[in-house]
Amino acid sequence: MKILTIGDLKAIRDRAAGKLQLREQSDLATDGRCCGLNIGTGHMQVLICGGTGCKASSSHIIGEKITGLLQEKGLSDRVDVVTTGCFGFCEKGPVVKIIPDNTFYTQVKPEDAAEIVEEHILAGRKVERLLYLDPKSGEHVSDSKHMEFYRKQKRVALRNCGFIDPENIEEYIARDGYKALADSLLGKTPEDVIDEVKRSGLRGRGGGGFPTGVKWEFARKSVSDIKYVVCNADEGDPGAFMDRSIMEGDPHSIVEAMAICGYSIGSSNGLVYIRAEYPLAIHRLQTAIAQAREYGLLGQNILGTDFSFDIEIRYGAGAFVCGEETALIHSMEGKRGEPTMKPPFPAESGYLGKPTNVNNVETFANIPVILTRGADWFSSIGTEKSKGTKVFALAGKINNVGLIEVPMGTSLREVIYEIGGGIKGGKKFKAVQTGGPSGGCLTEKHLDIPIDFDNLLAEGSMMGSGGMIVMDEDDCMVSVARFYLDFTVEESCGKCTPCRIGNKRLLEILNKITEGRGTEEDLKTLGTLGKVIKDTALCGLGQTSPNPVLSTLAHFHDEYLEHVRDRKCRAKQCKALLTYSIDPKLCIGCHLCAKNCPADAIMGDVRKPHIINPSKCIKCGMCMARCKFKAISVH
Amino acid sequence: MSDTKLPCDVAGKVNAICERHGNNPGELINILHEAQHLMGYLPEEMQRMIARNLGIPVSKVYGVVTFYAFFTMTAKGKYPISVCMGTACYVRGSEKLLDEFKRVLGIDVGQTTPDGKFSLDCLRCVGACGLAPVVMIGDKVYGRLQPVDVRRILDELE
Repeated sequence: MKILTIGDLKAIRDRAAGKLQLREQSDLATDGRCCGLNIGTGHMQVLICGGTGCKASSSHIIGEKITGLLQEKGLSDRVDVVTTGCFGFCEKGPVVKIIPDNTFYTQVKPEDAAEIVEEHILAGRKVERLLYLDPKSGEHVSDSKHMEFYRKQKRVALRNCGFIDPENIEEYIARDGYKALADSLLGKTPEDVIDEVKRSGLRGRGGGGFPTGVKWEFARKSVSDIKYVVCNADEGDPGAFMDRSIMEGDPHSIVEAMAICGYSIGSSNGLVYIRAEYPLAIHRLQTAIAQAREYGLLGQNILGTDFSFDIEIRYGAGAFVCGEETALIHSMEGKRGEPTMKPPFPAESGYLGKPTNVNNVETFANIPVILTRGADWFSSIGTEKSKGTKVFALAGKINNVGLIEVPMGTSLREVIYEIGGGIKGGKKFKAVQTGGPSGGCLTEKHLDIPIDFDNLLAEGSMMGSGGMIVMDEDDCMVSVARFYLDFTVEESCGKCTPCRIGNKRLLEILNKITEGRGTEEDLKTLGTLGKVIKDTALCGLGQTSPNPVLSTLAHFHDEYLEHVRDRKCRAKQCKALLTYSIDPKLCIGCHLCAKNCPADAIMGDVRKPHIINPSKCIKCGMCMARCKFKAISVH
Repeated sequence: MSDTKLPCDVAGKVNAICERHGNNPGELINILHEAQHLMGYLPEEMQRMIARNLGIPVSKVYGVVTFYAFFTMTAKGKYPISVCMGTACYVRGSEKLLDEFKRVLGIDVGQTTPDGKFSLDCLRCVGACGLAPVVMIGDKVYGRLQPVDVRRILDELE
């Protein structure tokens, strides 16, 4: 149906509210008792994570199986099976949640479907073995709000992810969706909306941290017949998936926010620039746009006003530099994604030479809720200069890999040790990398600083888009710097000399060091060259590309020195600096290592200690992985 | 660039794709996405054809194709293998995994085995970081792999 008035919108909200109420209530409080259809529960819901991570572990098959079983038993009308967006707890996926008792099942397999239906949904008995086991207390936790992973989180941008069916516009409307758009169109001037966004203190979540309201104001003031609203969904940071999860879990929030932005700056044309590698996010976004058109929330004369707005999708093709807004605009025009000098800023001359406002996905996801709950509410969260929350993709050597959202000002320690559950395998924490290839590594001594835009920048890293990779004692910081440089060299567009040639030289020096040919002089060159690139490169990619080198050089200077002076890699990652050897006292001569050695470098008679021929050894570590007697060591 | 002929039906489809986008040079990237679907890669002749249709120099098309990682000019294997080199996978050992694939298959990144069975590539984050290190073979995601698993997986596919 077409929504023509605010009354229509309210009617849909009321209609869909019932289903959502059950979820909302159980999210707030349950008495811990298990519900079941055979023990008096009238209606139940099964929420299944349909994010990319859980789908990779067959979550869609779990959904099909549960639906099939319920149909067989004629219970389809009493139990809703809902595919949601990401719950965030990817480490324990696939996740299945049962409402109304809010039971959170982890690592569910398709073959568990029958037991969940028989035991829980019918008999009202929890399937204990699928509950989350708290590693500290050793006890099962059945409700996610009591898990340490969720306790310190505050979900604002992710408010609907893992809660609503992203392919159902009515569920979004039931969560006050499109209310901010309606209120803006019917009761506020564009200036009012911009003022509210400015007062909220929202800063760009794509990495730059530029105040969003100010950006909108620039675009509003540009005079032109046509203007464009662009959503930057080209999430290029390797190991980060914040934006993808929002698009998969709550695509309507992006559609709504883009329309609000259009109204504010005076534009009727929206464009989403999205990575072609995100098929599911593209599908969900296309569905959301189609539904919004069908309901009259996109298109001509929205809600009976003279405001018209529509959204088109443009595909990226895998270029990190396209996260930079001028490069992104060139790519949308069908060209190579090369950046250009600013000014002119896109707000004056952007896509096809017209004023263009570019915001990132997470920035947009915050807009509707800022307008419905008010700038004061939003700015009450966070630190003095960084308001609201930030979504991070927490990954690496950490127990709880996943997508998290915390208020700005939360410390790294809280994120890593409480939400993240500490370091995997009881190893020692070494560093945390934020900001992806543009960011830097922070160490133990930074663990207590409150995370916000300015603090991270002051320590030589940056917020970036939200990638957060935790590293332990087994990670070599020189190799990590080399890894990022390798990425930047590959992704440099080649337009400016400092980035094209300077980064290549940095990479060569890092390669030299990891291959055991580095000198102390090289360390000095890394530092000076890095600073030159920072000062002279054309765009954001080049200006930040030396950060991983400079920050590791500053915080892990000893490790660099060991590589060049002692030819040692304490993390045992740099192959050229390693020697594998067999302890003759522990080797029983089982010959397993020799059989598995791809280079035929291991010799020895059966039942006699073996030896490794260092000139043949390719240092792949296969022998060490195979040896059952811990006889092989590396140093 | 050498001049090899495209199969007739493919040529027709390329023309149709360009047509659908109004032969608009601004749509080049969207056209290339669709064209790459036809054969799994963008052979030279296909790029020439697109350039002719859009009325732009073939160097422009080639420039765009080689700029973006998603576009490729080599045919993929029956089982295209992509090792995730996102940071999360990297710190959980994906480089060693890649080395093992290279060694066992005897090819480098971006190449295809002579029998056309396997091709090897890297990709940056499939978003299944909880399963790191991750390898994608076709549409299937293999998670939590170690170098010792490589041979078994390849044997299963053969």
